[in-house]
Amino acid sequence: MSLESPEGLERGGGLTAVNDFVVKFANVNGSGSASANGMFAKSILRMGVPLAARNIFPSNIQGLPTWYEVRISEAGHLGRRGGVDLMVAMNPQTWDKDVAEIEPGGYLFYDSTKPLPPSKFRDDVTTIGVPLTAITNQAYSDPRQRQLFKNIIYVGALGELLGIEMAVFETLIGEQFATKAKLIPANVAALHMGRDYVREYLKPLGLQVRRADKVGNRIFVEGNNAAALGAVYGGATVCAWYPITPSTSVAEGFTDWCQKFRTDPDGNARYAIVQAEDEIASIGMVVGAGWNGARAFTCTSGPGISLMQEFIGLSYFAEIPAVIFDVQRGGPSTGMPTRTQQSDILLAAYASHGDTKHVLLFPEDPRECFEFGALAFDLADRLQTTIFVMLDLDIGMNDWLCEPFAWDDAKVLDRGKIMTHDELEAGRDFGRYLDVDGDGIPYRTLPGVHPSKGGYFTRGTSRDRYARYSEEGAVYVDNMERLLRKFDTAKSLVPAPITHAAKKKTGFGVLYFGSTSPAMNEALEALEARGLHVDAMRLRGFPFAGEVFDFIAQHELVFVVEQNRDAQLRTLLMNEGGVDPAKMVKVLNYDGAPITARFIVGQITALMDSPHIASSNQLAK
Amino acid sequence: MTYITKPKFHHPGLQTNALGFTRRDYEGKVSTLCAGCGHDSISAAIIQSCFELDVEPHKLAKLSGIGCSSKTPDYFVGAAHGFNTVHGRMPSVLTGANLANRGLIYLGVSGDGDSASIGLGQFAHAVRRGVDMAYIVENNGVYGLTKGQFSATADQGSKSKKGVINHDSPIDLVGLALQLGATYVARSFSGDKEQLVPLIKGAIRHKGAAIIDCLSPCVAFNNHAGSTKSFDYVREHNEAVNRMDVIPARSPITARYEPGTVTDVTQHDGSVLRLRKIHADYDPNDRAGAMAFLHARQAAGEIVTGLLYVDPQADDLHGYLGTVQRPLNGLTDRELTPGAAALDGINASLR
Repeated sequence: MSLESPEGLERGGGLTAVNDFVVKFANVNGSGSASANGMFAKSILRMGVPLAARNIFPSNIQGLPTWYEVRISEAGHLGRRGGVDLMVAMNPQTWDKDVAEIEPGGYLFYDSTKPLPPSKFRDDVTTIGVPLTAITNQAYSDPRQRQLFKNIIYVGALGELLGIEMAVFETLIGEQFATKAKLIPANVAALHMGRDYVREYLKPLGLQVRRADKVGNRIFVEGNNAAALGAVYGGATVCAWYPITPSTSVAEGFTDWCQKFRTDPDGNARYAIVQAEDEIASIGMVVGAGWNGARAFTCTSGPGISLMQEFIGLSYFAEIPAVIFDVQRGGPSTGMPTRTQQSDILLAAYASHGDTKHVLLFPEDPRECFEFGALAFDLADRLQTTIFVMLDLDIGMNDWLCEPFAWDDAKVLDRGKIMTHDELEAGRDFGRYLDVDGDGIPYRTLPGVHPSKGGYFTRGTSRDRYARYSEEGAVYVDNMERLLRKFDTAKSLVPAPITHAAKKKTGFGVLYFGSTSPAMNEALEALEARGLHVDAMRLRGFPFAGEVFDFIAQHELVFVVEQNRDAQLRTLLMNEGGVDPAKMVKVLNYDGAPITARFIVGQITALMDSPHIASSNQLAK
Repeated sequence: MTYITKPKFHHPGLQTNALGFTRRDYEGKVSTLCAGCGHDSISAAIIQSCFELDVEPHKLAKLSGIGCSSKTPDYFVGAAHGFNTVHGRMPSVLTGANLANRGLIYLGVSGDGDSASIGLGQFAHAVRRGVDMAYIVENNGVYGLTKGQFSATADQGSKSKKGVINHDSPIDLVGLALQLGATYVARSFSGDKEQLVPLIKGAIRHKGAAIIDCLSPCVAFNNHAGSTKSFDYVREHNEAVNRMDVIPARSPITARYEPGTVTDVTQHDGSVLRLRKIHADYDPNDRAGAMAFLHARQAAGEIVTGLLYVDPQADDLHGYLGTVQRPLNGLTDRELTPGAAALDGINASLR
């Protein structure tokens, strides 16, 4: 088709919305769309309008479909909403599915260079055709340029259709190519090609972005990158890792931050990063470094945790600090490597054979990934055990809008109970597994500390309070009971849960954690708007503090919202707190896509209407 | 067997080393291995080596896996920290420990089950990385603690105590170490202390991955006729390529052997490995030649022992990573945490 006969705005009445709609980009993996889509998202933030952006991508390098979903929400709802108001359909492979996903009255933006039969469109969707291929082919001869600039051209066109200020894009292009300034004019020119086509042939959509002031000083960042930065601030010096989606960018981020902040003037590194041969070696190196007094971590996902079980048990029993960032993905087995879930909760909580329990932290967003990422190293040294930071793909691999990172320069890293050379020299009694302070946490010494005192033999076998091998039942039980006391101590050290009270007193409560947060915040508002009052508690750590069980006790019925099939958090609550299962109602989303407020509201309202709960329904009203 | 206290008795006339320690100061707890076990001879050789090298006992870190051999670090240098890790995974733990503090000496003790079967991967990768360590495999070709199953180093045709013939090809850790880039490769025999002590000393002084495959007959399960890892078999088939002395940098080099039979190899720390050659044409600085020699002799039914290869100027993992000289576990908060001002800058870049 020629440039002069656009096919635009031919069908449908068209949704109208300002600063509250969903745009989804359907692209082909490896086509260079990611940076253009990222620029589109950032332009909206620069307009002062909050948004949530999510990559939906395959386990593939090039050629398979990939999507980028942007939810624009002046109200600040940052969970997935569900549904699509404007589909940017750039991938013929997924056309039918993409078109079907558009909300009635929504919009379809596509490359109209080649005519498509009417059967490929919907009557209740407004079609916006821009002949992107024709425009790029006319402007560029190099195939690679055609591909890359086509992406910028559609960003320019969309910006004009949605009322985004062109100056915002131009600033972003300037920032992106700050070190390659000669690329700026070409990118701006491509941007203008898209804008000019729309100005000439089309008109703005019913969906509009209007300048607001709702972003504040928030930042837009991936959880994995934030966790990596947290590890830098937490004093981690050793990182041993093995590549696995979706955790790889934790190690890559740590490398980048260290190169920037941990390089001596002479070029020497105040860190060591080893890409190990597998996950077992990764955690082995972490345990070795932790034993020897360095702060060390690995990052992995569920399959890696499965492989690390034996070492996690060693860390628990021999009491060696270790930090594991578990960026959860869809399981079991290889499962859905590029989809999100919260399905490693029980795997991590009780990792390894024998009686074990491990400390888990549940960050809700990148800001907490940073905070807990740093905290984990203090906890590992303090508790001398493995600390899991439980991210998931949704937090880890997507840019989230969140409060800025914060750090107090007065903070001193807590290295835990380490007996020094001078204390040993002064004749202080050293028993590696001796509970001196009654908190279950013994003192340790580091190798090389003293020529004749403080040396001991670390092992995964049973031993007495002075680290001497023993298979005596009483000695073994004494040690296992102390480990329980230590776990009890951990309750007061992990981040406390956060409670959100309903506007009216209610018998209903809801428990949730991690990346469910934005969807839950929105769901609570929606429920409240319907007159359904639910108190909410967000769990931030395991072992659970007493107030978690108090919360459950104070409510007639508690919904436990999770992103896994088997209600793993609920099981953990039952197991650790002896909670009556009938009191805790499962709300489970585990299809691999991040949970939505729509889903939570739908489930909770349906459950409230169900016969066995309806009798207590008035509790919520 | 539980913990046994060894009486701490020093004969006043005991010889002391440069640090004033006696050989007894390098001992550990009483061994719980079988009487006559080759592994105890290796422990004694380690004690002798540390004593002679004037190693500060607490500057040694002893790491092992699981198995008879891996129990032994409790039986030498008691003042040092030891770590009995998990089966086959000592190399990764040692690597991490070494990354945390480059200022200690790392001694890895393992067995053939630990390093050649379950831990073959970790063995290979620690060697590849050039971790600065002395790694001793106490190789008896058999699983002792579980009562006599073949390990992966058992020779083809070798007979177990129960009369089972091994049909699987053996893994030769020395050949593997050479191929994987180890910069110090030796084989010895627990029954030959004169050869073994200098090899351990050289491995401790070596910078980089030093591997010693030490044949160590299992008196309980692999010392019978038909076994190729028995005392008698190894004695009969042992073919030493050289005998070594280790001369620390500060000692004057006095003794001289006949020209043409002695090679001096100076290591990065100035210590000299003095090799008295038995095979006059053997060159311990030629990796490819060492592999060819090893294979040829193996085909002839000989067990080649001695220092088979050394790169005296090798670098190690820290060198490759470019880490600071100071131990990472000793860095201060200020050196680790970029601070609030830097974080403000990061926040600004994320808007």
